Amino acid sequence: MIFLSETLAWLGDPAHWVGASGIPTRLAQHLLFTLVTLVVAGAIAVPIGFVIGHTGRGRSVAVATAGAFRAIPTLGLLTLVALWVGIGLNAPFVALTVLAIPPILAGAYTGFEAIDRKIIDAARAVGMSELQILLKVELPLGLPLLIGGLRSATLQVVATATLAAYIADFGLGRYLFEGLRIRDYGEMLGGSVLVIVLAIVLEGVFALVQKLVVPRGVTAGRPTDIRDGSSRSRAVMEPAIEEGNINVHSK
Amino acid sequence: MIEFRSVTKRFPDGTLAVDDFSLVLPSHKTTVFVGTSGSGKTTLLRMINRMVDPTSGCIEIDGADISTLDPVKLRRGIGYVMQNSGLLPHRKVVDNVATVPMLRGMPKKKARDEALALLDTVGLDRSLAGRYPSQLSGGQQQRVGVARGLAVNPNILLMDEPFGAVDPIVRAELQQELLRLQRELGKTVVFVTHDIDEAFLLGDQVVILRTGGKIAQIGSPAEILANPVDEFVSTFVGADRGKRSLHVENHGDGDVVVDETGRLAGVLVGAPPSLAAAATAPFEPESKAGPQGSGASAQGGDPR
Ligand SMILES: Nc1ncnc2c1ncn2[C@@H]1O[C@H](COP(=O)(O)OP(=O)(O)O)[C@@H](O)[C@H]1O
Ligand SMILES: [Mg+2]
Repeated sequence: MIFLSETLAWLGDPAHWVGASGIPTRLAQHLLFTLVTLVVAGAIAVPIGFVIGHTGRGRSVAVATAGAFRAIPTLGLLTLVALWVGIGLNAPFVALTVLAIPPILAGAYTGFEAIDRKIIDAARAVGMSELQILLKVELPLGLPLLIGGLRSATLQVVATATLAAYIADFGLGRYLFEGLRIRDYGEMLGGSVLVIVLAIVLEGVFALVQKLVVPRGVTAGRPTDIRDGSSRSRAVMEPAIEEGNINVHSK
Repeated sequence: MIEFRSVTKRFPDGTLAVDDFSLVLPSHKTTVFVGTSGSGKTTLLRMINRMVDPTSGCIEIDGADISTLDPVKLRRGIGYVMQNSGLLPHRKVVDNVATVPMLRGMPKKKARDEALALLDTVGLDRSLAGRYPSQLSGGQQQRVGVARGLAVNPNILLMDEPFGAVDPIVRAELQQELLRLQRELGKTVVFVTHDIDEAFLLGDQVVILRTGGKIAQIGSPAEILANPVDEFVSTFVGADRGKRSLHVENHGDGDVVVDETGRLAGVLVGAPPSLAAAATAPFEPESKAGPQGSGASAQGGDPR
C-alpha cells in the first residue's frame, strides 16, 4: 500500500510534469521513438512480406528467420549493439527494430496468403497488372492482418523501449532505471504505470483501426469466402493446383 | 475467329494437360468444350487469354498470334466468367462490373453508368448495384460475373463452368439468359462444362474431349447425337444408356415419352406454335402427336 501512495504522490507532483525530464517530454520521446522504430521496421518488413505473400516464394526462409529473430534476447542484443556503436539511441533503435520485424513480416504475408487464390486469379484474368493486383486487391484484403502484425509489434516495442533508457537519457524507461538506482519506488512504479497506460491506449487505437480497415464487403457477408483453403495449401509450400487455375508461368 | 494450331501444354510437374490440339472456333458462335474433370478444358480456355501459355504450338485470334500480344492488354479485351464468379469481395457490385473499363481508362462516372445498364442486360435489379458480392445469392453473383465479362464489350467471352455451382433451377434460368444474350449480342463464346446437356443446349459447335485435351468428336449437338463416332462418345452423351433413345407410349390418359430403360422422360406437348396450330386444325381433329410431334425429342435424338 505504501508503494501505491508513493506512486500516486510521484505521479501527482506537479514538478514531475514540467521540464526536460518531465513526464510529457519523456512520454513524447517514448512515443516518437516507438513510432520511428515501427516505421523503419515496417519499411523493411512490409515489402518483404508482400513479396512473399504475392509470389508464395521464400516463405519457409522468412518463417525460420523471423523465428530466429524472435528468439534473440533484446537486452543482450542491445548491449551487444551498444558495445559496437556506442552509448546513445542507435543501439536501442537497432535492437527494437529487430524486435519489431518478425510480427510485422508475419502480419504482412499471412494477410496476403489468407486471400483466396481464386480472387487473385480472377483479377489477373480480367486484366489487372501485377501491380494493380497488389495495390487494388491484395493490399485492401490483406490489410487487417497486416495491421494486426503492426499492433503486436507496437505493443512489444512500446514496452521494450523502456530499455532505451538503459544506455541513454531517454523515454519513460528513465524513471525505472533512475528510481531503481536511487531506490525511489514511487518513481519506478510511476514510470511503469505510464508505460502500461501508453501501451493500453495504443492497443485500443489499433483495435479500432483494425476494425476500420476490414473491407466492408468482407464483414458484410461470409468472411469464409475470402479465407478458405488457400492458406493450407500454401503452408506446405506447394503451388496451388486448382484445376489449372494457377499458371506458374504468368509471373 | 480463334484458331488453335497443334497446341500442347505440359505443366512444370510433367502433367500433359493438352496434347497437340488443333481447332477453329468460328466467330459469333458458341463453342463448348465438354469432358470429364481433368480433360484439359480449363487449360484450353485459359490459353486463349494467356493465363496459361502453351508449351508448343500457337493460338491465333483473327489471324494474330497471341503470343506476340501483351497478356494484360489481351485479357482486358476478352470477357472472362468463372465458376465462383471471382468477384472482388471488397468492391460493390457496380464497381466490380466497372473494374475493367476503368482499368482501360474510362472515367469512373461513365463506367458506373454503363455498369448499371449491364445489370439490366443480365437481368439484375439495379437496386443490387450497391451491394457487396457476399450479399448476393450464387445465381446473382454469376450474373454479375457475366456482366463484368461483358463490360468491355469484348468480341470473345470465355466461360469456365459459369453455372456449375448454382442449383438446377437457377442454372436453367441462367442458361436461357445466356441463349437470349447470345442471340442479341452474337459474341464468340467459348464455354467449358462437364455437363453434356448444357453443352448440347448452348453449343453451336460442341467439342467432346478426353484426357489430354484429345478431341473425341466435334460437331453440332444433332450431329454428335445422331452419329457418335465411338463408344467413348456414346457413353459420354448417354446414348448407350438409352437415356437418349425416346419413344412415345400411350398410357390411356395420354401420350408420354419413355426412354429405353422405361423411365418416364416427359410428355409430348408439340411445343412449336405452328405445330400446335396444325394439331388443332379442324381437318386433323384426332391428331395429338403427329409425326412433327416428335420434335419434342429433338434433344433426345433418334427415337426408335
Ligand atoms: N497449374 C497446374 N500445374 C500442374 N498441373 C495442372 C495445372 N493445372 C492443371 N493441371 C492438370 O492438367 C490437367 C487438365 O486440367 P484442367 O485443364 O484444369 O482440366 P478440366 O478443366 O477439364 O477439369 C489435369 O490433370 C490437371 O491436374
Ligand atoms: Mg476446369
